[in-house]
Amino acid sequence: MARVVIMGGGVAGHTAASFAKKWLGNEHEVVVVTPNSQWNWIPSNIWVGVGQMKKEDVVFPLAPVYEKAGIDYRQAKAVSIHPEGKEGSDQPYITIEYTGQGKQGQSEELGYDYLINATGPKLNFDATPGLGDGNGQLGAHTVSVCTADHAVHASHELKAVIEKLKKGEKQVILIGMGHGMCTCQGAAFEYIFNIEHELRQAGVRDKAEIIFITNESFLGDFGMGGMHIKMGGYVASSKIFAESLYAERDIEWILGAHVTRVEEGKVTYKTLDGDTDEQEFDFAMLIPPFAGVGFKAYDKAGGEITDKLFAPNGFMKVDAKYDAGAYENWKASDWPRTLQNPDYKNIFAAGIAFAPPHTISKPMQAPDGTPITPTPPRTGMPSAMMGKAVAASICDMIKEGATEPTHTASMAEMGAACVASAGKGLLSGTAAAMTVFPIVPDFETYPGTGRDIHGTTGEIGLAAHWVKHILHHLFIWKAKLRPGWTLIPE
Amino acid sequence: MAHEHVKHIDPYTPQSGTMVPLGFQKFLRTCVLWQLIRFIAINIKMTILILKSHH
Repeated sequence: MARVVIMGGGVAGHTAASFAKKWLGNEHEVVVVTPNSQWNWIPSNIWVGVGQMKKEDVVFPLAPVYEKAGIDYRQAKAVSIHPEGKEGSDQPYITIEYTGQGKQGQSEELGYDYLINATGPKLNFDATPGLGDGNGQLGAHTVSVCTADHAVHASHELKAVIEKLKKGEKQVILIGMGHGMCTCQGAAFEYIFNIEHELRQAGVRDKAEIIFITNESFLGDFGMGGMHIKMGGYVASSKIFAESLYAERDIEWILGAHVTRVEEGKVTYKTLDGDTDEQEFDFAMLIPPFAGVGFKAYDKAGGEITDKLFAPNGFMKVDAKYDAGAYENWKASDWPRTLQNPDYKNIFAAGIAFAPPHTISKPMQAPDGTPITPTPPRTGMPSAMMGKAVAASICDMIKEGATEPTHTASMAEMGAACVASAGKGLLSGTAAAMTVFPIVPDFETYPGTGRDIHGTTGEIGLAAHWVKHILHHLFIWKAKLRPGWTLIPE
Repeated sequence: MAHEHVKHIDPYTPQSGTMVPLGFQKFLRTCVLWQLIRFIAINIKMTILILKSHH
């Protein structure tokens, strides 16, 4: 009997665990270690953040789902990895510390034959002074939609702002990125349009000034270096597409910004031009930068080998080309395909947890050398595809004796679909539906734009909004492993 | 009437450097019949994307 241990129960980890159990059956063990008791469909946190959904609509308890599936669920956080075992034993293991199940604070060693690191990110609020509380949590000056609880808090704060607007008070709403190295621009993009929609619905839009602040050098970069979309007989940059959305809604934008400090009602930021400026606000949602969760790794003798398994940002090294050098040398083939760790062949990483070889957007910096570049997005669809591919490779290794991974999931060979809503009503809301293929541009295969112009599209309308609604229900159905879940694509 | 859709744009601002939809384009975005057609089209595009992405 082999044991597959999956660290993390988000999109990548949950997908990997679900498929691994389905394919391996009861002959082998699948264990999920996650500190969370609930699964969260994060894309719908946006709707929670404007009060259009409740927390209960976007989360569900993991324990009954895993019990039904026969997956061993440990509500615990993984602390360290020991890929060579310890003195007197070659059995690799991780150490975990329980956060629930009545064992809070207890530590345990958990042996594995195969390990999948799918922890997702650490929300690194403290990377920007004032954005965090100094203890790694969200600070008091801004709100967030990164977790369901954050989104509930954001909706309460937004409600208070709307009440002030109704009384005739002017309000400044600032949405965007809280650091020069953030990713997830899409979440801020979607949140700002939902807020604008809510203010319009409340009849107070004219009282509010809405501003987007981003580390992108142009709107529509999205951490992917932008994309070119076929529309109206032209191929146009996503810059035009995104700017149009903001201009139509009378939303201002601040580009190439690295937020250096957050205070009560004010952010200070540095721009790619080298300027330092301030922006006051009454309500702000700023996305934090992501980092790895901060595991330690040890060799058989107990010596620390964290640097061997992890990049300096805390993400796990996999089969990527980490020495690609300058932007001019970058290729699609730099991106990992099997997601296998090069030193320990029974360790894989999926979703946000793997270390990208470099950014996708061209690196930029302020004149003083401060990097201001969006980091690569690894959203739901690619994360799920990575989780499934890694699970498939491990299953082939266990059941068929494969010596190398048999499945791949490179972001340079897969596409992604993104639906950003504005509003929630089935007839009153609209959304932008975007597809991109591949996620990482491949200028050798697709000279010029780097992407397949037939597979890279964008359009706005009710239809995209309906797709967003359907995806919400389909993916929660799938994550609950309800009948037919395997038929729903990643 | 078309002017209604652009009157909030100030000259020489970043907003003035892009395209802004006019009435017919906005109508199409919420025209249920047209959007039903687009719904089918989006689903086909996404299905092709998914099929191309799995290896």
